[in-house]
Amino acid sequence: MNRLSLTSLATLTGLFLSPATVTAQSMIEDTTPRKQALTTWGVQFEEFEYRYSDADEELVVWNGDLFYGTDELKARWLTTGEYAINEQAYETLENQFVAQTPISRFFDARAGIRIDTPEGQDRTYAVLGIAGLAPQWFEIDGSLYISDEGDASAEVDAEYELLLTNYWILSATLDGTIAFSDDREIGVGTGLVSTETGLRASYDLIDRTISPYVGVVHERQYGNTADLTEAGGGDPENWFAVIGMRMVF
Amino acid sequence: MIHTRMKGAGLLLALLLPLSVSAGEYNLTVDRVTIDTGDFKKEGIGYNGGSPGPVLRFEEGEDVTINVTNRLDSPTSIHWHGLILPFQMDGVPGISFEGIAPGETFTYQFPTTQAGTYWYHSHSGFQEPDGAYGAIIIEPKEREPFRYDREYVVQLTDKHPHSGERVMRNLKMMPDYYNREQQTVGEFLSDASENGLMNSLRDRLAWGGMRMMKADVEDVQGFAGLINGKGPEQNWTGLFEPGERIRLRIINSSAMTFFDVRIPGLEMTVVQADGNNVQPVPVDELRIGVAETYDVLVRPTDDKAYTIFAESMGRSGYARATLAAKQGMEASVPELRAPARLTMADMGGMPGMDMDHGDMSMDDANADSAGESEGAMNHDDMATSDMDHSQMAGMGDDGSPHKTAGDRFYAKGSGLTPNAANGGRFLSYADLRAQKPLYEDREPTREIELRLTGNMERYTWSINGVKYEDADPIRLQYGERVRFKFVNETMMTHPMHLHGMWSILDVGEGKWNPVKHTVNVQPGTTVYMETEVDAPGQWAFHCHLSYHAAAGMFRKVFVEGAPSSQADAETGLGGDA
Repeated sequence: MNRLSLTSLATLTGLFLSPATVTAQSMIEDTTPRKQALTTWGVQFEEFEYRYSDADEELVVWNGDLFYGTDELKARWLTTGEYAINEQAYETLENQFVAQTPISRFFDARAGIRIDTPEGQDRTYAVLGIAGLAPQWFEIDGSLYISDEGDASAEVDAEYELLLTNYWILSATLDGTIAFSDDREIGVGTGLVSTETGLRASYDLIDRTISPYVGVVHERQYGNTADLTEAGGGDPENWFAVIGMRMVF
Repeated sequence: MIHTRMKGAGLLLALLLPLSVSAGEYNLTVDRVTIDTGDFKKEGIGYNGGSPGPVLRFEEGEDVTINVTNRLDSPTSIHWHGLILPFQMDGVPGISFEGIAPGETFTYQFPTTQAGTYWYHSHSGFQEPDGAYGAIIIEPKEREPFRYDREYVVQLTDKHPHSGERVMRNLKMMPDYYNREQQTVGEFLSDASENGLMNSLRDRLAWGGMRMMKADVEDVQGFAGLINGKGPEQNWTGLFEPGERIRLRIINSSAMTFFDVRIPGLEMTVVQADGNNVQPVPVDELRIGVAETYDVLVRPTDDKAYTIFAESMGRSGYARATLAAKQGMEASVPELRAPARLTMADMGGMPGMDMDHGDMSMDDANADSAGESEGAMNHDDMATSDMDHSQMAGMGDDGSPHKTAGDRFYAKGSGLTPNAANGGRFLSYADLRAQKPLYEDREPTREIELRLTGNMERYTWSINGVKYEDADPIRLQYGERVRFKFVNETMMTHPMHLHGMWSILDVGEGKWNPVKHTVNVQPGTTVYMETEVDAPGQWAFHCHLSYHAAAGMFRKVFVEGAPSSQADAETGLGGDA
């Protein structure tokens, strides 16, 4: 009590002498993180798998997505690739670096660059796209590309998840590419280029972090693109059995 | 600076009123602790070496001094939830004070001007979900209007194996990350066999068209429900002698979880809500929102054990404890009921939805109430704006005012409307009446509409469509009585908590309206509360779901215009006038 009493007197003296203190009538500024835009990050690999084709081809395939940012603006790195084990070569290797911002309640717009560095010819593209959730829970991704060679193409991805249970999930994917001009160096012909259809059954093993899956994938090329592939001795249509792991960090 | 002044001025009061004021000094350290739920062990944050922290027991009128030492390597704070005190002592970093830096001690000092059950928790980052909470009991000066032989704190929480920061990040990345009660193929098939294939398909398409989930009841599942820090297997036990009256001080300190609490075999008489006495309401079960408190009396007469069973609103988890006549006795633990499913009624508040089951227009309310009210212009009657009169009438027919059917604080036909497991009485807000009015009843000076808004798919939460980061403070004038109109335009329940001033919940009973600190607003409903603006300074006002508040459903309230003498008196013990 005595100590408090001294403090009290000292304080009271200070009180009357110092006018510049926080009062009820002046507002302090909230500079805590709460008042800042919430910044967050995440890493998702929708696909990380081994593929075995009906032509005994073996591939390692991934499709990943890393982001950092706020509700209003995110930086995103989208990476996808197909590595042929026997040939020890990347059949495809794409990396997109995009900025993403909301344009509606359920959709975002994206813009950035895509860099393809597979075995063979490299390409760099300007990317403009949208991504979001369509009615009935279809996740849609659509992108428009213009390459450094001046060729334009478009790609649409759709995914639907069917909950067999709350841990067993059947996901259907459809990915289609259209080219608006030929780019023979990379084996692309005008028109519908290719589709990839997949069906995967996964089980959430550890939260949603690790979800092993098995599935089937059907790849098909069309029109001029298929002709180019066949001319090169390749097969424009492949069925794969896949086994892999979806990962979310 | 401020806290030294507090000490001084607090003592000034002590000197002026030497006989009537007691003073106590308390010490709390904020520590890294290990939390063992019986199911998993988790590093977390606690007080004085444990989580929950110690029960702080004050006396009404006591000048309290609490030294809080931060032993973390990050800043901390303690908010005294529900306590009326000078704003500098309210413990919200960036609003009341700067926070408590690592290694520092902050001295809180304030007079207690109230009695009842409250709690305290960190208001920094996700420290509260990480374990930084405890209970406060303030003994009343006067005799209470009810008697009991024994009392226990029953403090609930939803301890998650993931840190708060990780939960937030996962929700931002994938809003259904933790939802394991989603509708499955199996549920579709059973719906189809029950309601017909086409009906079930239409239902799924209607929800899918909105991109809304009927299962969107609990954002964060996978928690262990704890009572006083003990998991269901660890079974916290309170002993009693048969025939004794026991006061249970139920506090929901969860980050995200509403609990439906019952004690099979015992009737609970609700005597206090949010620290304020209410006219006794006997119930079989009650739903306690995040941050609320209810004090109930129970009287076990048999020489046996009773299970305190707290089932989460979405039925994804539970907490369990025991009242036992002898140590070691246990009673059976009920099964969880089926997961809750939202209905279209719960979507009623969403803009662009053409159903409005939950919210009548003001015109309807006036038309409805004009005939039956003494003062048709009285704003209190607007509490009826989201009542369903036909159901009210139904309740009357039963002759039981406490019957749960058609709880008007839920949208008509809401999938969240609670029902007692034994078919008995379930507490409704509509049952709550203040035991003794705290304020004179008067006309509000103005109304402020707060639409509770959000986007589940992006996990953004806001008020009037604006997140805290982009929002200006809500400015209130000292001396006014503000009527807050909450319009829930989301499909989730939001426990809204105004710091520093009481929330007089409009249940349509005028001066008998209960006085609370946290008010739940159910999906598709409009709820009114009134606040006597009698506390100068800056206060926080937010949804108490941790991850909703952090995502932006938060405001600063600035009470201005207090006469300087009044500001002195009110913050006076803070001294900084």
